[in-house]
Amino acid sequence: MKYDRFVDLVVIGGGPAGLSTAISAKKNGIDDILLLERELCLGGILNQCIHDGFGLHLFKENLTGPEYAQKQIDELKTLNISYLTDAMVINLTKSKELEFIHRTGHKLIKAKAVILAMGCRERTRFNIQIPGTRPSGIYTAGTAQNLVNLQNIKIGKNILILGSGDIGLIMARRLTLEGMNIAGVYEIMSYTAGLERNIQQCLNDYSIPLFLSSTVTEIFGKGRIEGVNIGKVDKDLKPITHSERFVKCDTLLLSVGLIPENELSKKAGVKITDFTGGAVVDSELQTNIEGIFSCGNVLQIHDLADYASLEAKRAGYFAARYIKSKQKRYNRYKINFCEKIKYASPNYIVENKEAIIVSFRIKKPAKNVVLIVKDRENNILVKKKFIRLLPSELIQIKLEREVKSDIYLEIE
Amino acid sequence: MKKKIVCTLCPIGCELEVEIQEGKVVSVEGSLCERGVKYAKDEIENPTRCISSSIPVRGGKRYETVSVKTSSAIPKDKIFDVMNKIKKIQLKAPIKLGDIIIKNVLNLNVDIAATRNIEKDKSK
Ligand SMILES: Cc1cc2nc3c(=O)[nH]c(=O)nc-3n(C[C@H](O)[C@H](O)[C@H](O)COP(=O)(O)OP(=O)(O)OC[C@H]3O[C@@H](n4cnc5c(N)ncnc54)[C@H](O)[C@@H]3O)c2cc1C
Ligand code: SF4
Repeated sequence: MKYDRFVDLVVIGGGPAGLSTAISAKKNGIDDILLLERELCLGGILNQCIHDGFGLHLFKENLTGPEYAQKQIDELKTLNISYLTDAMVINLTKSKELEFIHRTGHKLIKAKAVILAMGCRERTRFNIQIPGTRPSGIYTAGTAQNLVNLQNIKIGKNILILGSGDIGLIMARRLTLEGMNIAGVYEIMSYTAGLERNIQQCLNDYSIPLFLSSTVTEIFGKGRIEGVNIGKVDKDLKPITHSERFVKCDTLLLSVGLIPENELSKKAGVKITDFTGGAVVDSELQTNIEGIFSCGNVLQIHDLADYASLEAKRAGYFAARYIKSKQKRYNRYKINFCEKIKYASPNYIVENKEAIIVSFRIKKPAKNVVLIVKDRENNILVKKKFIRLLPSELIQIKLEREVKSDIYLEIE
Repeated sequence: MKKKIVCTLCPIGCELEVEIQEGKVVSVEGSLCERGVKYAKDEIENPTRCISSSIPVRGGKRYETVSVKTSSAIPKDKIFDVMNKIKKIQLKAPIKLGDIIIKNVLNLNVDIAATRNIEKDKSK
């Protein structure tokens, strides 16, 4: 095989995760880094998130998405980390060979370590299967965000939003400010998917109605969408017969969840878990393929870019250590969790001296509960009280004590 | 009058029960810390928000718009007035992050500032 280049570390994706992880690897002693981004600009999804609320954890400042991205891009450039934009990675192998397409041609490179930071994409109508006609005027909330915020395109006048995910809520406010009418936000679950702050500041501030336990059961319209049927659902999320009513709209936005973008990871043989759609990783964020690490939204959906960045920082640190030491793998213990928890990440624990960060999400909203982390001998490693736990919030806990067996997360 | 609001200052999200008389907060129950009390007072008596928007740009490289924000929070009831000012504007590249686009908008002591760098596209 003839390689165009050998590199110590390749980072795939130039969003907040990719930028943070490259910066962190450099600060931990890796000089030969190449970051590859398929878009024309670095910054990832943050470029289109023009609202504020970013950076409160990482920079202790309230920034908009583009400002947050710019801070990281400036740091990347100050540290002289090489990157290519307009460079789409199309193949990755177990032995860490990467193929990518760039305006200068088709390249094949080989790396000692690879960090996956490809982010996520939105679920579409196809993913959730809504019956009806196939008119125009149906967008995912993120596509609408891109059209309105970056391309200055008017997407419609009377907009109905399906799903209460954060991007949908933020677009409800944005479109209201642009003078459009929001015909309502409809959520199939009996609770909202978005953060509390967004419910208040994006919906309640503008008296935008939110309907829970409701979903779109049919789409109408030839050419352009003319309206939808809304049905109430029962506790098994099945539409209740005769509960349907017609609601007029000329645009439908879908804000029905995000999926990690792992096609490339799968090509390299990286194991994916059904719980998150992200890679199976150990506490050093290494996948089952040695030298391939994963972080940010491609690993698990983070509701805050700050958390994606912080996770990525750790991945950069561990990848740097891997490259420098070529260390063998230590014992791995498993992280198990009770049925009230939707998922926990990482999946395994590597025996080492580092503090272990475990993130988890609850399945249903709960009040006044206690999280207990136990080892196999029933020793309590962490006990933490929560006044309120919501599925929309990713919770992180730190295990300071050295772990020497499988652990179990339990909600009581 | 009693009103229920959720404190959004931290992830705990205390549910506050606020007693209001003639537009003023007289008591707040349910907050775990003092910040919740101040939050309730601000939200009821003088709610403010930061807003962001985007403004069309001519001659920019890679971008058709520049994103902007209020430099600090504005009274909630002025949001649409400020948006109307923002909507009247068209800009030309180049623009630098932090450039003041509107100074002291509506005499609120708040500026509208750019939140992105827009380079000039030499081919346009
Ligand atoms: C539409 C949308 C809106 C969001 N809004 C918010 C918000 O308001 N606030 C918030 O905190 N979080 C928001 N999020 C969550 C947000 O994605 C994360 O907080 C954060 O951006 C995750 O960072 P990331 O680097 O993991 O992913 P991203 O920001 O998505 O970056 C991934 C990057 O990888 C690149 N890439 C992917 N595949 C390849 C490939 N094969 N080759 C080369 N490059 C590739 C992509 O082009 C992209 O630039 C939003 C997410 C979406 C999808
Ligand atoms: S009152 Fe204090 S503890 Fe409760 S949500 Fe507000 S800031 Fe957090």
